[in-house]
Amino acid sequence: MAFSVPAGLEAELEALVARYPQKRSASLMFLHALQEHFGFVSNEAVEWTAARLGLQPINVLELVTFYPMFRQEKLGRTQVKVCRTLSCALAGASELRAQFCTRLGLDAGRHGPQTTPDGKFTVEFVECLADCGNAPVVMVNDDLIGKCSGADCDRVIAKGQ
Amino acid sequence: MSNAAPNAPAPTAPPPVEKIRIKVDGREIEVPKTMPDWQGRPQPTTMLQACHLAGNEVPHYCYHEKLPVAGNCRMCLVEFGTPMMDPATRKPVLEADGSPRIARSVLPYEPQTPRGAIACATPISPGMELYPSSPATRQMREAVLESLLVNHPLDCPICDQAGECKLQEYSVEHGSGTSRFVEAKVHKPKAVDLGPRIVLDDERCILCTRCVRFTKDIAGDDALGIVNRGSYNTIATFPGRPFDNNYTLNTVDLCPVGALTSKDFRFKMRVWFLKETRSVCTSCATGCNITIGSREDTIHRYEPRGNDAVNGPWMCDQGRLNYRWIGRSDRLRDVLANGAKTTWKAAVDAVAARLAAAPSGSVAIVASARQTTEELHLIKKLADRLGAPTDSVPREGEADRLLVNADRNPNTNGARLTGISFTEAGIRLPGIADGIRAGTIRSLVVFGEDVTQHGIGADLLARLELLVASDILPNATTAAAHYVLPGCAHAEKRGTFVNAKGRVQRFLKAVEPKGDARPEAEFLRELLAGTGAGEVPATAEGLFNAMAREVPAFAGLEWAALGDAGVNVPV
Repeated sequence: MAFSVPAGLEAELEALVARYPQKRSASLMFLHALQEHFGFVSNEAVEWTAARLGLQPINVLELVTFYPMFRQEKLGRTQVKVCRTLSCALAGASELRAQFCTRLGLDAGRHGPQTTPDGKFTVEFVECLADCGNAPVVMVNDDLIGKCSGADCDRVIAKGQ
Repeated sequence: MSNAAPNAPAPTAPPPVEKIRIKVDGREIEVPKTMPDWQGRPQPTTMLQACHLAGNEVPHYCYHEKLPVAGNCRMCLVEFGTPMMDPATRKPVLEADGSPRIARSVLPYEPQTPRGAIACATPISPGMELYPSSPATRQMREAVLESLLVNHPLDCPICDQAGECKLQEYSVEHGSGTSRFVEAKVHKPKAVDLGPRIVLDDERCILCTRCVRFTKDIAGDDALGIVNRGSYNTIATFPGRPFDNNYTLNTVDLCPVGALTSKDFRFKMRVWFLKETRSVCTSCATGCNITIGSREDTIHRYEPRGNDAVNGPWMCDQGRLNYRWIGRSDRLRDVLANGAKTTWKAAVDAVAARLAAAPSGSVAIVASARQTTEELHLIKKLADRLGAPTDSVPREGEADRLLVNADRNPNTNGARLTGISFTEAGIRLPGIADGIRAGTIRSLVVFGEDVTQHGIGADLLARLELLVASDILPNATTAAAHYVLPGCAHAEKRGTFVNAKGRVQRFLKAVEPKGDARPEAEFLRELLAGTGAGEVPATAEGLFNAMAREVPAFAGLEWAALGDAGVNVPV
């Protein structure tokens, strides 16, 4: 399917460019909007952004790969973000992520986000979710689970199936 | 302008630059307040430039004098001090002996620890003291180098850069004999195909971004970038957009480590076996200065040789890779008379006798603007003796905005100044063709060109009583010639070219000629003697100096005075 941006979104983004002294400053806003619409930032989206902001695609790709919140692949329907910053790390974040990975058939030894082949789940480490008192913390889509246990893990997986 | 002596200083000399006094390793030195930046514009002198003037080379990876300063490798950290100022009186604080008290740079929260500044990007100020040889500076360099090597694969034995690698060089001075790193190294992509001529090893890369800056700011092709974060940083192109401009191979020279490698040279030869010869590129009239790397009479690579009057430190990919023809297996190796192998003496004697006996005006000579100026001068002498019209063959292409000249001959100006060709090369060729057609021209001598491609077809060549062709590679003209005299590539002899801007540049001999081939000047000398045109010197130096005495454009020049960078003459 050819890459196309809805006219409404395109107009919205074009209006945004005028708010910055330099066109390129609108890059992040473009990428956020495109990710929200498509679910991830494809190479086509990067080229589209570059063309509109007078940049080379590599300039935009640098941004996309720098910020972990930008996704280059479509993610699972249920996104599991396991915090690994200090409190959570001490409270067993590694074991928790490993448990998610093992239960879902993913490789716990691999770096970066991983998505199950059926497209139902994505599991990844993230940095601090700002709920250190309830470590270990996991964010499932937009819901925060404090003091996340093995039972919570089972429940999340059962619900996402 | 035409009366100006060669190399006379430009009429408008820049105003003198204000000097400031600083100390480098305790030694007082006066340095200019401003110095040229990467684009040649005056900017405040940096610590690195000041240390260089003081004879102290500060180690660096990301800094390059012809690229914008990035300041990211941290290898050039230098401890320094500045004169203390009394905050109340705003007067310098003095020692008991009246000298200014120097405040050494320290960490603000840890005053017992020296703090360095990156010498590439920090301007000097009056009274500043730089300590590029201090224990603290050494320690900083050692720490930076250790960090740079943390994830480096240390695969020097099979790395193309080995022998000319800044990591290796600085490791000798600032490295550790053992590694303290016990963790697993981060693995990154290996043998990445960046473009048609470049392979990238991301694990060797130290992320200095010289390649990124070069291709964006010099080549004008913003094709490279750094993707991912932290330890996973990698140089990359956008997927599906290969790194393919005409200057990509300069990034291989610029890369201070073995990350960017040339597909042409990769794994072909250990660099320390290469003999380096100063030469000039022959692919266009720009005449980029090059270093030929050869081993045992085989050329393995061309590299640009810095010359700010011509090519800066760069050259184009097309010129750099245009060397394989010199080693082609079908090179002309034998002296031929009517297709049969003969000796130089027999052939030169016979040709000289035929030419000497030819009536004035019945001989024409087509020379090549790929020949040396000295050869062209000798050909002109021969032509004058024989009353022969001469010309050379034009070779046009597309120019670019950086180095490539539209004139693809390296020595068009040499042909012009020696009188071989008129202001516009090639305009006498139709006249020569007409002369052959009319039967007035019955002998033709051709050097280094296939005249059948330039208006003197095989049908006309067949009418000639005598066709002598001297060339390097076989072509339709050498095939039709009664006498074939095998000549030499520029890399096989010494001589000069005059570039598009009139810069007379000499090149030296890198490899031996193939087979019986000889430098053209040698047999031209014999032809001149054999036709009664007189004696000429036997060496390249002697020929050049004699030419400078006879050709007004080169008046006052001497071979020795050309140096490695050449000299300008009015064109």
